[in-house]
Amino acid sequence: MSFWQFLKLNWSELLLLIGQHVNLVLIAIVVAVVIGVPTGILLTRHRALRGPVLGIANVMQTIPSLALFGFLIPLPFIGGIGARTALVALVVYSLLPIIRNTITGILGVEPSVREAAVAMGMTDGQVLRQVELPLAMGVIVTGIRVATVIAVGVTTIAAAVGAGGLGVYIFRGLRQYDNNLLLAGALSSALLALIADFSLGLLQRRPKLVPVAAAVIILLIGVLTWRGGSSSTDQVTIGSKDFTESVLLAEIVAQMLEARGVSVERRFELGGNLPHDALVSGTMDLYPEYTGTAYTAILHHPPISDPRAVYDQTKQEYADKFQVDVSAPIGFENTFAILIRGADARALNLKTISEAAPHTAKWRAGFGQDFMSREDGYPGFSKTYGLKFAEVREMDLSLTYIALSSRQVDLIAGNSTEGRIATMDLFQLADDRRYFPPYEAVYLVRQDTLQRVPALREVLAKLANAISTEEMRRLNYEIDGNRRDPKEVVRQWIGGKQ
Amino acid sequence: MNEAAPNQQLVQFHNVNYTLPNAPEPIISDLNLSVAAGETLVLLGESGSGKTTTLKFVNRLLVPTSGEVVVEGKSTMAWDPIALRRRIGYVIQEGGLFPHFTIARNVGLVPSLLAWDKERVDSRVEELLALVGLEPRIFTNRLPKELSGGQRQRAGVARALAADPPLLLLDEPFGALDPLTRASLQREFADLSKRLGKTAILVTHDVREALLLGTRIGLMHRGRLLLLETPDRFLASDNPQARAYLDTLTVTDHAGGAK
Repeated sequence: MSFWQFLKLNWSELLLLIGQHVNLVLIAIVVAVVIGVPTGILLTRHRALRGPVLGIANVMQTIPSLALFGFLIPLPFIGGIGARTALVALVVYSLLPIIRNTITGILGVEPSVREAAVAMGMTDGQVLRQVELPLAMGVIVTGIRVATVIAVGVTTIAAAVGAGGLGVYIFRGLRQYDNNLLLAGALSSALLALIADFSLGLLQRRPKLVPVAAAVIILLIGVLTWRGGSSSTDQVTIGSKDFTESVLLAEIVAQMLEARGVSVERRFELGGNLPHDALVSGTMDLYPEYTGTAYTAILHHPPISDPRAVYDQTKQEYADKFQVDVSAPIGFENTFAILIRGADARALNLKTISEAAPHTAKWRAGFGQDFMSREDGYPGFSKTYGLKFAEVREMDLSLTYIALSSRQVDLIAGNSTEGRIATMDLFQLADDRRYFPPYEAVYLVRQDTLQRVPALREVLAKLANAISTEEMRRLNYEIDGNRRDPKEVVRQWIGGKQ
Repeated sequence: MNEAAPNQQLVQFHNVNYTLPNAPEPIISDLNLSVAAGETLVLLGESGSGKTTTLKFVNRLLVPTSGEVVVEGKSTMAWDPIALRRRIGYVIQEGGLFPHFTIARNVGLVPSLLAWDKERVDSRVEELLALVGLEPRIFTNRLPKELSGGQRQRAGVARALAADPPLLLLDEPFGALDPLTRASLQREFADLSKRLGKTAILVTHDVREALLLGTRIGLMHRGRLLLLETPDRFLASDNPQARAYLDTLTVTDHAGGAK
């Protein structure tokens, strides 16, 4: 698909994301100005406070954004999933240039001019408003300009906490190796930065336009917020992790709930452990997870291979520790799948990893970084089956499929639900020694939400054992391979089930 | 229009001392001085002699370490500083005009602060610009940077006179001007202050200016008032500091070939 075709098909979504992006930036900058300029003024009056306050602002700016989100999500009022957390982070990142330039601007006013102002009988407030601020305005606007351009870039991170914006396209594009998505997100973001820089540059040269600009900004925030602000009555907030399968599973529950008259807020494509943090802190009600991940990554147990034990233990501990219910398994596993070309499997008549082991001395393997480093990855795997490869290449996970089918490598560790397994004619060797821990797909739901929304219990009961591995592969391929809209794919799937 | 009766002491310094924590010697030592209504007192001295500091006590830009300064019968510490400053015209080098205000807004500043209505401010500004020789039609809407140094100085004087204050403080008002402009402005100022009957304290390092403008001349040196005399008696003084100043006058005149 060409970029122009992509734009033609997706312009309304792109506009929505640009609107969210602009809104986040504007609100953050307005708040940062409202906090930063008075703080800067205060610091010109109290020299002793200047070092400590600027130091704090400096340190805050060096906190990586994902870490900052991690701190913020469990906090009441300013935290949670969505725009608020993103805004707090953006404000934090915007404060330093604004405070610093306010100080520089005011202290840069000619001392004789300030003295004349005092000697004319101006009060402190009059000196500030009529002399210092107007003369410092150019420097202060420069600070706001720097902060705004930074904020346009940083706002792409907002997608990681479900606040929307152009980051949604950028993250999705990175995940799906879709250059159109990347280009649309990155170009729009760059364009916004240029427009912001240009407009503020104009303001700098014509300070008389500042009140007009302020009015326009307030109006713009009003319009954009009003458009997106209809979600306050949502009853259930559903989240997902930042990959296709998680989005699909979340969308399935969302649509089934909506069909039962429950309003749903979607917080999809969240990065890292944010869905877990949000679920535990109560800003999210449900998200899809894998038993093995919950068992090892969240509960910190060493990996074991008995699916029953992992499921039971996880369910028990989640109820005790987090008041979160683990749903019945959805029916498929998303574990490491040891894959070879279908042609090889048929020619050599291979079904299991043990049967393939003697051949590995002649084979080259391609593994993702994740598989090479994790506890339940390559080292234990090769030991368990006594594998010795001719060569092991570490490469990006998604590229391993292409490498395998184009005979660059002969064996890879993919995901068992990857859509391309079927379409590329790849064969999954059975884990006959049960080395890999079980990664059964389940939903994690807050217990209080189950009490509050009876329809949810009904929906989850319907989804127990509802999706096979083959079916999940097909659904994933509809999105990643055929580039279809997840909502559409889910709608069709639900329609076919009933 | 002059509220102070003749001979009334408008400004008095009583045993004023001023020290800074890190300075080796006092900035001002034992200053006693009275300024009568209607007179123009010139404080003469080299830089660092304490003359500008002395001026800043009057409108309370500075507060003495000990002693007191009395303005219109009331200690500066008893005055509301804002009210005090609005009653005192203040002129500094280059006028101290606000670069972002038009000339009209600069000149009308104190009346505006005193909340005069706009028409009254406007007509006062026009009157003052004419008084200091700036054609209102041309200069009202100009910015200070569009004026010459001499024009800015005139605007600075107009601003100081705006609310018709009984007292003017002038800190090296003609210091940054070329000699010709300086001479003509000095003459005009002498006329103006005589005509308006204002009391003025003027700080300068130029002995010519002191002799031309002062009804009395106070000679300051290293924070002390050495001498306080009328111009005639100052010329005849045998104080070595005064003589040093007067000698420069002769040398300059010979060099310039005047007289």
